[in-house]
Amino acid sequence: MAKYVTIQVARKEPPPGPEAAGERCKNCNALLQPGELDKSLRVCPHCSYHYPLPSHERIAQFADAGTVSFLGEEVRAVDPLDFVDLRPYPQRLSDAQLDTGLTEAFLAATCEIAGRPAGIGVLDFKFLGGSMGSVVGERFYRLAQAAVDRRMALVVVAGSGGARMQEGLFSLMQMAKTVVSVQKLANAHLPYVTILTHPTTGGVFASFSTVADVIIAEPGAVMSFAGPRIIEQTIREKLPPGFGSSESQLAHGQVDMVVDRRQLRDRLVGILSLLQGDGAHV
Amino acid sequence: MSDRQTPEQAWERVLLARHAERPQTLDYIAVAFPDFLELSGDRLHGDDKAVVAGLTTLGRRRIVLIGTQKGHTLKERQERSFGMPRPEGYRKAMRLARLGEKFGLPVVTLVDTPGAYPGKDAEEGGQAGAIARSIETFAGLTTPTVTVVIGEGGSGGALALALADRVFMLENSTYSVISPEACGALVWRDAAEGPRAAAALRVSASDLFELGLIDAVIPEPPGGAHTDHRQMANRLLREIELALDGLVDLEPAERLRLRHEKYLKMGSYATASSK
Repeated sequence: MAKYVTIQVARKEPPPGPEAAGERCKNCNALLQPGELDKSLRVCPHCSYHYPLPSHERIAQFADAGTVSFLGEEVRAVDPLDFVDLRPYPQRLSDAQLDTGLTEAFLAATCEIAGRPAGIGVLDFKFLGGSMGSVVGERFYRLAQAAVDRRMALVVVAGSGGARMQEGLFSLMQMAKTVVSVQKLANAHLPYVTILTHPTTGGVFASFSTVADVIIAEPGAVMSFAGPRIIEQTIREKLPPGFGSSESQLAHGQVDMVVDRRQLRDRLVGILSLLQGDGAHV
Repeated sequence: MSDRQTPEQAWERVLLARHAERPQTLDYIAVAFPDFLELSGDRLHGDDKAVVAGLTTLGRRRIVLIGTQKGHTLKERQERSFGMPRPEGYRKAMRLARLGEKFGLPVVTLVDTPGAYPGKDAEEGGQAGAIARSIETFAGLTTPTVTVVIGEGGSGGALALALADRVFMLENSTYSVISPEACGALVWRDAAEGPRAAAALRVSASDLFELGLIDAVIPEPPGGAHTDHRQMANRLLREIELALDGLVDLEPAERLRLRHEKYLKMGSYATASSK
């Protein structure tokens, strides 16, 4: 059981994805050729099911080759509350680092996207549920500040169970910190686009994810602020299938568009060029 | 950091913060804001009774006052959704905050909520976006802002109304990223572990002041705020007035810069020397 503020999502989460030869898609059961998923950005070529995409591949998907420069990697988590838990928080952190090869849940970089300088950040659900603690907030801020300083657009990919419980109110305050960071971008008239992946929930959904100029959702992702189980307890009825899904969020006016991952880069380039013009933006 | 509170000590605060007779926004209004003029509605969808908002005076100053209201009786609690705002509640707060900005009025918020309302309609009506935009709105207001957590500060639903130049907590109020019961259920698989979780999360006003996450703790009358509403209201008023005295003289741009700086500094992390 997860120990961060997590949310039980309605969608069944398949493990990272079939790798070996002869494996089948966990969603449609179609036979997958070796390497087939990797070639299609981990989207099933048969049913378009979107498997989780690791942070580095996410950045590689958008950035022009050879333009990526990571930042904020030196910012590392501490245990500010000396949190009492069955497993100490520092141990959870080092386990997550070993499991994922990441230093924290948020990977930040500057790059060029179709020749256009941009900041890009990815919040990875694989690292402690993509939970937002002080490091996520600080890396987000440094990335946003880099975008302001260099007059670049900011693109952030979210996937998260919410706030990181082990850092208590420090985590809650990262909602404020990231929104204030976005406000600095807004004041500088720089584009800010978010891409919401499965799942985007809690304090992450209710902060930097939803104050973007343009909000894109990946197909089949689930987004909610409260957990579906708590909502069902409140309204004393079962939630309909598809509750909180990208498609439902689109229908309720909460996101701008639902875009297949394989078309995401082109769409992003289109959005940035319409918002910024050809680099000669005012 | 002083010694950790015991689970029993931490839980005593939680129970006091939730005490049925503890003064709520409307109690403070009844005692201390006789000229309060309530304004209603978000102008888009509805009027959320979990959020009370209006115009009033504090000393010589006109202010906008916004607070969550849990209710005391079962009937009132139901009417007010136990103080859990829906998107229209946050939008009403934002509307009033902007009204204050338009007329140069300080904005004071009183926070006492278990959290945002966890309902299907609230979710589909954009609960997450409403909270995010409320945080954004209060972050950008050009007029002085003061928040007092008067009871429960429940997670993002509280933060949406609690971003301010000065954030105070009453001595026995609590403020937390997750309810102690939910935390207990996650860590020890038992909601009855709330007391242990409350201590682990450091939800008390004194803990949060020591951690640098709030600006001051306002003492309560002996036994707690519920024992003497008038005395509590007088202390609350005095602290808000003093805070506003210090804030009104700042240039709006400077006040905004300081507010942003305060929130951009929030966090506890290390900076590795290599890599």
